[in-house]
Amino acid sequence: MKARASPVFLARKGYRARRLTDAARLLPVAGLLLFLVPILWQPAATPAGDTAAGWVYLFSVWAGLIALAFLLSRRLMPLVTRDDGDPGADAAGDGEDA
Amino acid sequence: MTVSFNILVAGCLTYVILLFGVAWAAERRALRGRDGWLRSPVVYTLSLSIYCTAWTFYGAVGNAARSGLEFLTIYLGPTLVLVGWWLVVRKLVRIGRAERITSIADLISSRYGKSNLVGVIVAVLSVLAATPYIALQLQSVTLSFSVFADTAPGGLQDRGATALWVAGGLALFTILFGTRYLDANERHHGVVMAIAVEAVVKLVALVAVGVFVVWGVADGIGDILARIETSPIADWPMQPGRWIGLTFASAAAILTLPRMFQVMVVENQDERHLATASWAFPLYLFLMSLFVLPIAVVGLQTMPEGSNPDLFVLTLPLAEGQGKLAVLAFLGGFSSATSMVIVASIALATMVSNHIVTPLWLGLRPGGARARGDLRGLVLMTRRLAIAGILALGYGYYRLSGGGAALASIGLIAFVGVAQTLPAMLGGLFWRGATRTGAAAGLLTGLAVWLYTLFLPSFGAGGLYSDALMADGPFGWGWANPRALFGITGLDPTMHALFWATVLNTGMFLGVSLATFPRPIERLQGLAFVRVFDEEPGARSWPRAKAEAEDLLALAQGILGTDEALTFFGQAAARQGKAGYLPETTPDFIDRLERTLAGSVGSATAHAMMAQFVVGAAVSAQDLMAVASEAQQILEYSSQIEAKSEELARTARALGEANDKLRDLGVQKDAFLSQVSHELRTPMTSIRAFSEILRGGSVSDAERSKYAGVIHDEAIRLTRLLDDLLDLSVLENRTVQLSLSVGNLQDLIGRAVQMAGHVRADRDFAVLRDTHREFVPVVTDADRLVQVLINLISNARKYCDADRPALRIVVRERRGRITIDLIDNGSGIPRGEQDRIFDKFARLEDRTGAGGAGLGLAICREIMINLGGSVSYLPGQGGAAFRVSLPVRIGAKRAA
Repeated sequence: MKARASPVFLARKGYRARRLTDAARLLPVAGLLLFLVPILWQPAATPAGDTAAGWVYLFSVWAGLIALAFLLSRRLMPLVTRDDGDPGADAAGDGEDA
Repeated sequence: MTVSFNILVAGCLTYVILLFGVAWAAERRALRGRDGWLRSPVVYTLSLSIYCTAWTFYGAVGNAARSGLEFLTIYLGPTLVLVGWWLVVRKLVRIGRAERITSIADLISSRYGKSNLVGVIVAVLSVLAATPYIALQLQSVTLSFSVFADTAPGGLQDRGATALWVAGGLALFTILFGTRYLDANERHHGVVMAIAVEAVVKLVALVAVGVFVVWGVADGIGDILARIETSPIADWPMQPGRWIGLTFASAAAILTLPRMFQVMVVENQDERHLATASWAFPLYLFLMSLFVLPIAVVGLQTMPEGSNPDLFVLTLPLAEGQGKLAVLAFLGGFSSATSMVIVASIALATMVSNHIVTPLWLGLRPGGARARGDLRGLVLMTRRLAIAGILALGYGYYRLSGGGAALASIGLIAFVGVAQTLPAMLGGLFWRGATRTGAAAGLLTGLAVWLYTLFLPSFGAGGLYSDALMADGPFGWGWANPRALFGITGLDPTMHALFWATVLNTGMFLGVSLATFPRPIERLQGLAFVRVFDEEPGARSWPRAKAEAEDLLALAQGILGTDEALTFFGQAAARQGKAGYLPETTPDFIDRLERTLAGSVGSATAHAMMAQFVVGAAVSAQDLMAVASEAQQILEYSSQIEAKSEELARTARALGEANDKLRDLGVQKDAFLSQVSHELRTPMTSIRAFSEILRGGSVSDAERSKYAGVIHDEAIRLTRLLDDLLDLSVLENRTVQLSLSVGNLQDLIGRAVQMAGHVRADRDFAVLRDTHREFVPVVTDADRLVQVLINLISNARKYCDADRPALRIVVRERRGRITIDLIDNGSGIPRGEQDRIFDKFARLEDRTGAGGAGLGLAICREIMINLGGSVSYLPGQGGAAFRVSLPVRIGAKRAA
């Protein structure tokens, strides 16, 4: 059993890392909300054609999400590396190096 | 249209052979350890694209032409899951690696106390859900063939036959591809590389058609937007329920589809690849969907009334006279379908063999799991049969359903089915209170509702359900109407099934979990899964385990293969500071072994097998309580103390062994001196006696020559003994001069076999060799190596006590080292004696009466050390077995 006494307050670098993971968790929620926005337009009820506008809107949101995910993933990458010291990875390495 | 149907078929075959070549080359690279770029995040991301099947390639356009933008939901769900990788997928991958998960059924079975029951439910659910999905692929490939064939004279007479050919071909291809050998880690480098190539082909094909449609047929983006405004789908008939429901179903599907789990979790090499895939995979989906709507709109406007919109990707270029583009599109569709079928059937076959067939076979076989034997053949054969069976089911569904439905509607049946695993999966990842009974209850409920409301009705009117049942429910019970459960109408059939199956499933899962009490091992696994990032080792499943290392080795060899198993045991022994291949069976070791086995046969089977060998039962509730209170008391210092005490134990073990060795050495030295005197004295005595007779004079000529002969023989024996002793001392002092040369191992072994042939030449002694694999060039002192081999072969000839003695010689080359295993079929060397056979004058109790000074193996060992290698005894091979290992090229510094 390993003690995991995590400090209550973090220095600037650690603080930023925490907020970065918060952002990573929030991004899909934001994406979901934006993808659900067309429901509020009630496109089936309005007489005007909405497909073209919807197409442009959805693909723009999608492109924005991809761009944000790209920026986030570049900064999250070091955190994943740091976490990567589990016994499972060690055991897997044993099998492959032989 | 000028593309001949035959050319198309030939093109497909060429393409398949090309893929096979790619897979083969990738596998070879991986085997040699040069898999650097095979492990790149790009390949990982591309392999995820098996999400995009023929449903995407053909069906999305059809779907867009029928219901506008709704097709996008199928790609928005996965986008959200991947963009939110930090939440769920990362945890899945981490658990998958830590617990050596082989499939989604294995994940859920492992989480709920390695219970095979839930594993079986998930496996059955997955196979059933995959059936319509595979039928969809068969249908799309058949349709796309028919597009070309219809233009040929005669047309395509029998679509059923085409689908059968496609199904058979794919089964064969998958078996050749995916089940050539059993990988201990369930990783298929070749397959992953091939589907990465297919991913590129389908993306390029769809984008090419899209670009052609937007800038070739239409007049750029502006024109496309204008055309959308005037098309039949200009108004967006959005149903909010379907918009939300389909997004949810597709998000669930990317986590629970067996093939997605296979590429995303099982084949994952590095968690960092997920970071790349989190934006790159959504980008792939984005590009795949970008041109779908334009193609649909232009297709609706230019194609004749009544043409199948599912085939616009193919028929639009054909109608515009772009034969080459159409062929590219055809290959893209073919890629989408084949890659899905290959990975899906591999993933499903793994589940079927690990969770259904292997446990059954172990249960039914006399002797149960304790009986020895190679399981690998069985597992491979099961997987091959399962692949054929799964494709047969898909084909059966295709025939039964008539092959006429829209592609997207078939796919959704599968999505709703696999989504039923989601509550048990997510609950298992995030909630420690989820129990096995709860998971089983939820899964069974979801499965039943899905079957009743969506799967069975999907065979159409006059299919499995009578019209009366569809209209009024079974026995006239209106509340049980498969299209309107509990009298609630107003949902379309897919959403109705998704809603009720998911709601009832989740409800049962939560309710039963709350009401039941988990077994200790469920609580243990629950902790390990939910807190996988906490890096606490936690309690082990085998707190007081005891087992015979040799039994476990035999078990492991049946599953992992001899090589892997010996390597694993050897490394474990080395970690404990012990020499040889038999480590102490500490709980830690048993835990590691179980995990490794789980990587091949699944956690439930591995656990059941270990339970047969391990004395001292599995974890109990008391153990859990003990662990918990202990943890609180010594939270601060325990990890350091543990590390130290482990270090101490290791040192103590090494010290103990060294001590034993020293004491043995003292005894040995005395024994050695008395042995030497004894060995020298015996010939000396006879020499003295006979020379005295000769000196007496009164002997006949015949007698004289006889006595002289005896004296001569004894003198030779004496010389040989002294030579051996001298040789040994030179070798031990490492002052021997090696004469290096280039040789071929095949010749050297042949020489040794021939020269050892005079030992007990009267016996019929078989030597089994694979001369083809022995063809390995080697730079070493050939004479010395041959000397070692002669010694080992002669020993086998002398001491092998089988009725029909046979010696198997197995040569392997791996990363610059050669191992030569010499395995006979006798009764082997008893466990207690294995450690000292390499000692000087260590003659075992001689059962065959063959003489010898007992220096042979000691010399062998010293020679091999001088050659930069080793010779050791291999336990658990069913006879006496020795492994000679040496470098392909001896180190330059020792070259004389």
